Amino acid sequence: MSTIAEKKSLTDQFLNLYRDRADEISANSAPLLNTHRDFAVKRLGQLGFPVKGSEEYRYADIESVFRNDLEKQFGENKVSIDIRDIFHCDVPDLDTNLLLLVNGRYYNDGQLIKELPGGIIAGSLAEASRKYPDIIEKHYNNYAIGSKDGLVALNTAFAQDGIFIYVPKGVKVEKPVQVVNIMISDNDLMAQHRNLFIAEKDSEMKIVVCDHSLSAQRFLTNSVNEVYTAEGAQVSLTRIQNEHNGSAQITHSFSHQETRSRLSASTISLHGGFIRNNLFVTLNGEHAENQSTGLYLSDKGQYIDNFVHIDHASANCFSNQLYKGVLDDYASGSFTGRILVRRDAQKTNAYQSNNNILLTDDAKMYSHPQLEIYADDVKCSHGSTMGQLDESALFYLRSRGINHRESRLLLMFAFAHEVIQNIKVPALQERIDDLVNKRLRGELSRCNNCAMQCG
Amino acid sequence: MLVIKDLVASIEGLKILKGVSLEVKAGEVHAIMGPNGSGKSTLASILAGRDLFSVDSGSIMYNGENLLDKSPEERAKEGLFLGFQYPIEIPGVSMVNFMKTAINEMRKHRGEKPLSASEFLKKMREKKELVEIDSSLTNRSVNEGFSGGEKKKNEIFQMAMLEPKLAILDETDSGLDIDALKVVARGVNNLKSPDSATIVITHYQRLLDYIVPDFVHILYRGRIVRSGGKELAVLLEEKGYELIRQGEVNL
Ligand SMILES: Nc1ncnc2c1ncn2[C@@H]1O[C@H](COP(=O)(O)OP(=O)(O)O)[C@@H](O)[C@H]1O
Ligand SMILES: [Mg+2]
Repeated sequence: MSTIAEKKSLTDQFLNLYRDRADEISANSAPLLNTHRDFAVKRLGQLGFPVKGSEEYRYADIESVFRNDLEKQFGENKVSIDIRDIFHCDVPDLDTNLLLLVNGRYYNDGQLIKELPGGIIAGSLAEASRKYPDIIEKHYNNYAIGSKDGLVALNTAFAQDGIFIYVPKGVKVEKPVQVVNIMISDNDLMAQHRNLFIAEKDSEMKIVVCDHSLSAQRFLTNSVNEVYTAEGAQVSLTRIQNEHNGSAQITHSFSHQETRSRLSASTISLHGGFIRNNLFVTLNGEHAENQSTGLYLSDKGQYIDNFVHIDHASANCFSNQLYKGVLDDYASGSFTGRILVRRDAQKTNAYQSNNNILLTDDAKMYSHPQLEIYADDVKCSHGSTMGQLDESALFYLRSRGINHRESRLLLMFAFAHEVIQNIKVPALQERIDDLVNKRLRGELSRCNNCAMQCG
Repeated sequence: MLVIKDLVASIEGLKILKGVSLEVKAGEVHAIMGPNGSGKSTLASILAGRDLFSVDSGSIMYNGENLLDKSPEERAKEGLFLGFQYPIEIPGVSMVNFMKTAINEMRKHRGEKPLSASEFLKKMREKKELVEIDSSLTNRSVNEGFSGGEKKKNEIFQMAMLEPKLAILDETDSGLDIDALKVVARGVNNLKSPDSATIVITHYQRLLDYIVPDFVHILYRGRIVRSGGKELAVLLEEKGYELIRQGEVNL
């Protein structure tokens, strides 16, 4: 079968699905979200699904993860879960406000949208679009719409709900908001949620998103996150991906940063069969700063793919990408880091580094820096390394009586910690250190056996 | 304690040690001297278990057992310690975590319980005082950003923490001022007991003013060309290595 034919058939499959279920999709969502669907469907028809080998998806075989016969549910969740079990978060140091997404839908614990202590407004995106239409209208799909990725259009066409987090002007909240995104079902399932995080002028907030799979079914998630950081706002966004090997996760994140805003985003991929994270950042105002970091720990046949695109659209901005990973067994992965410096973005500082440790000969990693620089007064650097653990460091540790395995773990942990130390929530940093340590020791075998203890 | 017999070792086909024999008994201090490139560090590395070098022939027995059969960590657990000529920087591994892990691995090997946090800190404090190491250094990553002298002191600190039976110090004195030299000597002398031994590899006689060796060996081009008492070090200091070289030619 030719690629074109396959591409068409998968696209057609979803176009047909939309045609058949459009009423049900809309009825279980909200009018404002529904207004974007027709255009998105048209766009999907034009763009189709990403093809392996294309410039953006060189190694990621998207079609293969969509091939599975996964159930799509557009109504209420069929699983019944005990809210007390899920919300039982007994991590002593991690004091957060919890929100729950189950199979892509906001879990209604009595209030669809609420004001959290400190002044953050959070809850169901569909509900927010009814309650705060002006805000949603202004931001929803405003940053994702330009995407040339058919999967983003796919999400816009089908997404019914997700998480809305809003921090008003000047409000600064120390306590993180934690979004626990759970997949749990009796059938193999696909879900597509949509999040919208907005930080108004000079506000501050911290968000932690934890992706979990809580049952052994095959899952596929295709989610879109839009993040708006207004002038002078500061946002810290940490995502912890911890799903089982039978799960596939595709995330698209669009961050829009205005003048003097600061956004620091960390993606910690602990576990998951297939992970593709697309991260698009637009630095739209001067002196905006973006820190995008990622850590991935992969083994067996896992596939991890990070695609980062930083658009320096204004002068005097700073961006730094730091992605590090350890690949074991026959795991494979890819990192693409794009830096686009537009003609007027003078005095840009943009840095990128991608460091990998390959523990076996069968583990594979591809690293592609892509620099497109049209301004002349810029500081840019990129570097990428592929290697094994440092033999002389290993020997030094062993010569002090630390056994081989433990020495390797110490070195891997040290390697990973460089990313973790960028997470600006101390308690969360400790938690993630602990999770990474467990993961490296192979003690995180069950995906829901996560020290976050949310599920 | 340690018996090395006709050790021949090479790296990438290049012979570095060409038949070294040496016996070290408990309670003794041996000094190995010799010009650069003689193979001193190679010998030390082989004793510690670095697999970069291949042992072509000869044997090394430690406490009656074949040392070459053992992994570096087994050797360390059985009391062997190498003070590295060039200590390795390990970013991201804290000194505290490093030492705690090492000590507890050794205790486990001896069937002892791990040290409690307070016992460990107490021990750290004591040893830090002994080697006069800057307190902030132990809050950092292993050797990261340490000056040359700090790295050497850190080797002695680790030795003091781990309390080895056979310590091999590879040019720990190089680049140190007299005060630091005294610290190194104190570390070594402090460890001295009837059932432990030390091999100090050094370039200069001056360390031997503070650590008095029972035997001095001169390693030259992969062979021990002369052995003697501490007076050999003095002789060497007076006449220089040139004498040894000439002597070796005549051998
Ligand atoms: N890793 C190595 N690779 C190649 N040659 C080496 C290596 N280490 C040491 N040598 C060589 O072995 C010889 C002895 O070195 P070394 O044991 O370091 O001497 P010393 O410590 O006495 O100065 C030297 O000629 C040196 O160049
Ligand atoms: Mg040497």
